[in-house]
Amino acid sequence: MSGGVQFPVRVAEIEAVSPAVKRLRLERHDGPSLPPYSAGSHTVLTLEARTLEGGTRRIRNAYSLLGTTLGGGPAYEIAVLRSPQSRGGSVFIHDQLAIGATLSMSAPVNLFPLHRTARRHVLVAGGIGITPIAAMARELAAAGQPFELHYAMRDEASGAFAAELAALYGPAMRLYVSQRQERIAVRDILAHQPVGTHLYVCGPERMIDGILGDARIAGWPDSALHAERFLAPEGGEPFAVKLARSGIATLVGEHQTLLEAIEAAGVDAPYLCRGGACGQCETPIVSADGTLLHADHFLTDDQKACGKTIMTCVSRLRGRELVLDL
Amino acid sequence: MTLSFHAETFRDDYTFANSPAAIRAFPFPFDRDAYMYTVNIEQHVPGPVQSATEFPIHIDEHYVAEMRDRAITLAEDPLRCQSLPHMMTAEWDLLELLMTSMATHYPAHFTLSRDGDRWHWINRPMDVDQTFTFGDVSTLPQGPMEYVTRQCQGDFCLLDQREDNLWMDAGMVTSQADWSLDFDLGMNFMEWHAPVPLAHDLGVFERALKFLLNLQHGCPVRRLNWTMTINPRLDTSPENYHRWGIDKASVTPENVGDKVHLRVELQALWRLPRSNAIVFSIRGYLIKMDELVTQKKWARRFHRVLASLPQPIADYKGLGRFRDTTVAWLSRHDDGLPTSPGFAPD
Amino acid sequence: MKPSTIKSRPLYGTLAPVPQATQHIAIVEGEGALALADAFAGHEALRRTIILFSPIAHRADHDQTAVLTSLSCEALHLASNVQELLGTLVTILSTATMGTRLYVSGSEDFIGRVTSEALRQGIEMDAIQTEHRGAPTRRVQCVHCKGFIDGVSASPALCPHCGLHLLVRDHYSRRLGAFMGVSIDAESPGDLPPPEAFGA
Ligand code: HEM
Ligand code: FES
Repeated sequence: MSGGVQFPVRVAEIEAVSPAVKRLRLERHDGPSLPPYSAGSHTVLTLEARTLEGGTRRIRNAYSLLGTTLGGGPAYEIAVLRSPQSRGGSVFIHDQLAIGATLSMSAPVNLFPLHRTARRHVLVAGGIGITPIAAMARELAAAGQPFELHYAMRDEASGAFAAELAALYGPAMRLYVSQRQERIAVRDILAHQPVGTHLYVCGPERMIDGILGDARIAGWPDSALHAERFLAPEGGEPFAVKLARSGIATLVGEHQTLLEAIEAAGVDAPYLCRGGACGQCETPIVSADGTLLHADHFLTDDQKACGKTIMTCVSRLRGRELVLDL
Repeated sequence: MTLSFHAETFRDDYTFANSPAAIRAFPFPFDRDAYMYTVNIEQHVPGPVQSATEFPIHIDEHYVAEMRDRAITLAEDPLRCQSLPHMMTAEWDLLELLMTSMATHYPAHFTLSRDGDRWHWINRPMDVDQTFTFGDVSTLPQGPMEYVTRQCQGDFCLLDQREDNLWMDAGMVTSQADWSLDFDLGMNFMEWHAPVPLAHDLGVFERALKFLLNLQHGCPVRRLNWTMTINPRLDTSPENYHRWGIDKASVTPENVGDKVHLRVELQALWRLPRSNAIVFSIRGYLIKMDELVTQKKWARRFHRVLASLPQPIADYKGLGRFRDTTVAWLSRHDDGLPTSPGFAPD
Repeated sequence: MKPSTIKSRPLYGTLAPVPQATQHIAIVEGEGALALADAFAGHEALRRTIILFSPIAHRADHDQTAVLTSLSCEALHLASNVQELLGTLVTILSTATMGTRLYVSGSEDFIGRVTSEALRQGIEMDAIQTEHRGAPTRRVQCVHCKGFIDGVSASPALCPHCGLHLLVRDHYSRRLGAFMGVSIDAESPGDLPPPEAFGA
């Protein structure tokens, strides 16, 4: 299977940790226990969502694994933000998924790992970006490694896990509530970090760009800067896709990704992150009748411009038909 | 499977030899009559029964003697086993992988019982019975990597992943093809491969690295590599090259069959769960020319591979002083008939 | 000898102050002082620049000291040898912050020793700039006895620690700050090619 090892799991607990965030506990139900993983890892869930027309639609989404289940065992936990503008995965989880439901979950993959040679770690989270960041804090605390955690949220109610984290890490943790006009004093935080410190940011794209930009202005070298640039793939205008080698032709729907359309057509295409980060889904293009909308963080600008390949998990075509060498 | 272990040596009097079964299980590395560097990576899935790839970790009749040789090498040069401080989690991951695999596939020889963090390890061939706490270094006589690799065939490197590269930050390397862990420790994938000719320009390392960075837990891969060694010597390290280099000058047409060995490395790579590190195992197999030519197809093919080997590769592998003599000797075992595709003997 | 393209062999560039850096530390030896002056003279970065300089004892490096003095930087430390200079560097780095950039210039073996010490102190590789000035001498580690040999100018070289004649390979370790030296006549004892000097 292209996504690697899959575990069959059952939803064992669902808890609303804030009005818009649910924590899910997913228990493996075929016997063996789940392997441990490193902080920053994600898993890909395969969801069979009901469509308005009464059919089902397969959605595969990546979610960061929480720090609570780092050691593996009977279950993994994730936290899911309800985002109505997404293609429906999170809405399905919030509104339809019930305790006892079974799904398929991929083995953990880590594209946002801790830098193990660092001497100190500065962790910054915005909103739901807290999920990998809190797992990092947990791993560092357990290993006795120095770190500080900065967590920004819109209002107190929306800050999932905030109380729990404050209790765990005390002075190493700071909260910023934008409704109370509190802003992360990024420059002050960055100015006094000793040599050997690494910075990790997970949150909205704007926040990542802002903080990494401030770090560069403060003279930090790029190798010390890390961000989880996971994209929730967006929908778009439908277009036709033809797979030259397998001779399959199909349509990419407006709420579907190119990768999902290829999978729905029965082709086992490669992927890992489904978020435009890992490069695994890179696919050669034979021809494109229209404009390529590259949305990934993997290809360089030059590669995007020359249009020889496309990352099927997040990118699409605005136009009539895309022919892939697949 | 119950193995009977040879009492044999890999130095001084060199009494190492393969049984007929071990010859048949030998991972012959050529599936055609010529050799060039490629990204020869495949899934590390179980191979045929009684082959080198039947189980993820292969233990064979040479186990006890190889472990004894490793202990001698380590006593003379402790730097053959090193680990940078940030690799401790990866060391425990490695210990779990090796103990679990050995106990599962060779239950007659190894037993692992786990009760939470309390682990009990029994290694009958080496007469070891150890209870320890997983994750607590003070409960083992050595660090976890050193402890477990003193009891497992093959060399091992632990690679940390950062900055879109792999870093050789720990290892147990006592039977290497002329490279130094002590020197390469802390290098990245491109740096430690720097001395290899041709492959960089062919893009082999760039593609291999890209592939390995996305290696997934539960989906190990493997590849074969090879060189030639005079005498069945495991410790062909640069450290001791001034001791064993002279052996290359000792090859004569009369002693090729006994002295010249094909040395194959079955290299496997696993993503480790807690550390996100990769373990690279280098499981070495030796076979002397007299043993190799018992398989007609291998004799023909190895003759052709060695005769047509590109000069930069032959130089890099250090075959200069005995290549021609060996090719001449092998030519007597090559009747010119076509060879069948694939690695296996006919 | 031809310049090598081997991937572990360090490549050196040209020093240029990083405008965003909050602290510049320049560590130079002998003619490296001139590389620093070329890059920093008249630059506002000098106000935030600490210079550590080791003159090469047997040569007249007074001019270079004068050049560095005239730069009017934040601080100038003169060291009587490389060991002392590395000691000062370690002390400074123990309280340095993440905006710190390093600039290293001098002979090849000097650059190697400084870089490896800086990495040990937690500086990232991409926070270090290097420029080669002066002798193409190498620092070599004998792979057999593990002894270090400074100032090696040709290959093969005699290991003063164990007496073996060493081929100096292009294979280089940043951690050790040294090239690998390996016995050149192991396969035919006493068969030594004439020494060949390293090119720049
Ligand atoms: C990530 C784990 C790996 C490690 C730790 C490793 C390590 C090494 C080392 C230490 C050498 C000897 C270099 C020297 O002469 O000093 C070597 C050689 C080599 N490696 Fe790797 N390697 C790894 C993976 C790979 C992969 C995936 C490939 C795939 C193409 C590869 C291809 C080669 C080749 C072609 C050579 C030359 C071997 C010969 O001709 O004898 N390596 N490797
Ligand atoms: S699956 Fe990772 S980039 Fe597409």
